[in-house]
Amino acid sequence: MVVRPGAIRRLVDDMGLALAVVVVVSPAILVFLWMLSLSMKTELENSAFPPVFVPAQFSLENFAAVIKGANFGKYLWNSLVVSGASTLAALILGVPAGYGIARARANGLAAFILVSRVTPGMSYLIPMFILFRYLDLIGTLAPMIIIHMVITLPIVVWVMIGFFETLPVDLEEAATIDGCNTWQNFWHIALPLSRPGITVATILGFIFSWNNFVFGIVLTNRETRTLPVAVYNSMSFEQISWGPLAASALIVTLPVLVLTIVAQKEIVHGLTAGGLKGG
Amino acid sequence: MPGTGRAIASPRAGFGAHPAGPAATAARRGPGLPRRTRYWFFILPTLLAILAIILFPWVFTVWMSLHEWAPGSPPAYVGGRNFMELFTSRRFYQSIGTTIYFTLLSVVLPLAFGVFAAVVFHRRFPLRGLLRGIFILPMMATPVALALVWTMMFHPQLGVLNYLLSLVGIPPQLWVFAPATVVPSLAMVETWHWTPLVALIVLGGLAALPVEPYEAALTDGATRWQTFRYITLPLVLPFIVVAAIIRTIDAMKTFETIFVITQGGPGVSSETVSIHLYLQAFSFHNIGYASALVIVFFALIVALSLFLLFLRQKVKWS
Repeated sequence: MVVRPGAIRRLVDDMGLALAVVVVVSPAILVFLWMLSLSMKTELENSAFPPVFVPAQFSLENFAAVIKGANFGKYLWNSLVVSGASTLAALILGVPAGYGIARARANGLAAFILVSRVTPGMSYLIPMFILFRYLDLIGTLAPMIIIHMVITLPIVVWVMIGFFETLPVDLEEAATIDGCNTWQNFWHIALPLSRPGITVATILGFIFSWNNFVFGIVLTNRETRTLPVAVYNSMSFEQISWGPLAASALIVTLPVLVLTIVAQKEIVHGLTAGGLKGG
Repeated sequence: MPGTGRAIASPRAGFGAHPAGPAATAARRGPGLPRRTRYWFFILPTLLAILAIILFPWVFTVWMSLHEWAPGSPPAYVGGRNFMELFTSRRFYQSIGTTIYFTLLSVVLPLAFGVFAAVVFHRRFPLRGLLRGIFILPMMATPVALALVWTMMFHPQLGVLNYLLSLVGIPPQLWVFAPATVVPSLAMVETWHWTPLVALIVLGGLAALPVEPYEAALTDGATRWQTFRYITLPLVLPFIVVAAIIRTIDAMKTFETIFVITQGGPGVSSETVSIHLYLQAFSFHNIGYASALVIVFFALIVALSLFLLFLRQKVKWS
């Protein structure tokens, strides 16, 4: 059998690539697998050294304990309401704004919205906390929904500007000649075509709002906690029980992980649209 | 607030000139109102909302920074005393030092790994889409949840990291429980979270590369490393700089990971400006002092961003 030298070189090359892929992907896989392992083991296994990697039997007891625990349903509901409402409000305001900024080429305004990207979240928090306490709104979800728009609104506006800039204006120009006004152009032509952009904006806005923790630790109480805050609080009191802690951490982040895998193409596109144009 | 790499990357973000000049705008102008005015209607609600949620806190913060405000008593005007107190506080300078140390590690490491990952994902291989999805999971995952997992992994007696070290013969470490190793350990978590964002930005740069230099390199018999070093790297450098800018700003602001894992400890050895700020405002209720700190912190971030944007221009034109 004769092996051509080119074939060997390609084989070595492919193996090198495979190794590089493993190196690049394994930090993510290993941490999440360890998280899964912690959450499915008994307390005995979790406090063993050397650590048990694969549980003797996969147990869902930790998950059951978390879900049946006090107020889990309420905190889940709070998270859904806060992220859902702040994303929806951001879409209602931000989609037309993205359209307007893209069509008017209001670059200065776009840069102004960028300021919120640079500002530390903490700098909104102190004045907002005082304001909401003064208005006696702490204890309702309103402060959380409002302050989460600091996260969702800039994301929606930025994603939508990028999207509308790539949308050809020919159709709208034709409609203008047929007597459509600017609003009709937006409502009947641009908006129906912008579903992919809105999908990306919704996913990113929702995820980054869902993940937020710093606003919640200050602006919520026992009744209005979101899931990340609730998980953090469960750590302070039950530091020893790793199983339930890992299970609750996994429950909080699972929707995000699933969404990321399912919509990875859209997410990557949304996050890098600007990178492609810059430089 | 992570994400949106496009923010600074886009030419809109300040310096880039728009291809369409006034002539093109005039030619496209439809009947009725001038172009800009016609679109105010779309932008106004968002503008008002942004002014309300961004401008109000700023004005209020400036006002508070000039007042002494203990809980239960009315605010009293103290002029620049909060700033004086800030600039003479040892803990403040210490937190700046810690922030710089943490930021440096959390920019350099993700940049190195991110560029490598981008080069890998630029190649074609089976299951690339799915693997890329898994690869970006860390940057999308809820930081608090992962900080809890890292806390368990860092555990000196029972943690998996020390076990893994023992397999290769390295003695157990104290990780986040010792002043000497706490900042690098936290930067490791930050690197784990944000390497994917750097990779995505650089990947965007790689996708836009011209083919000709590579064909020339191939005919000249350049090695893979030479091709990377002398063609790829210079061409994607602007994207790497963009990633560095975004990473620097985000690393300076990092709060959740540090707060959950160490709360600034042991002692004050991982107390960055963000943590210092939180503790002053919400643990010690020094609202005036914390507001002054917000202003100084923001000024630092803006100054650094402008400096990095300036560097980016240099890279762009050279």
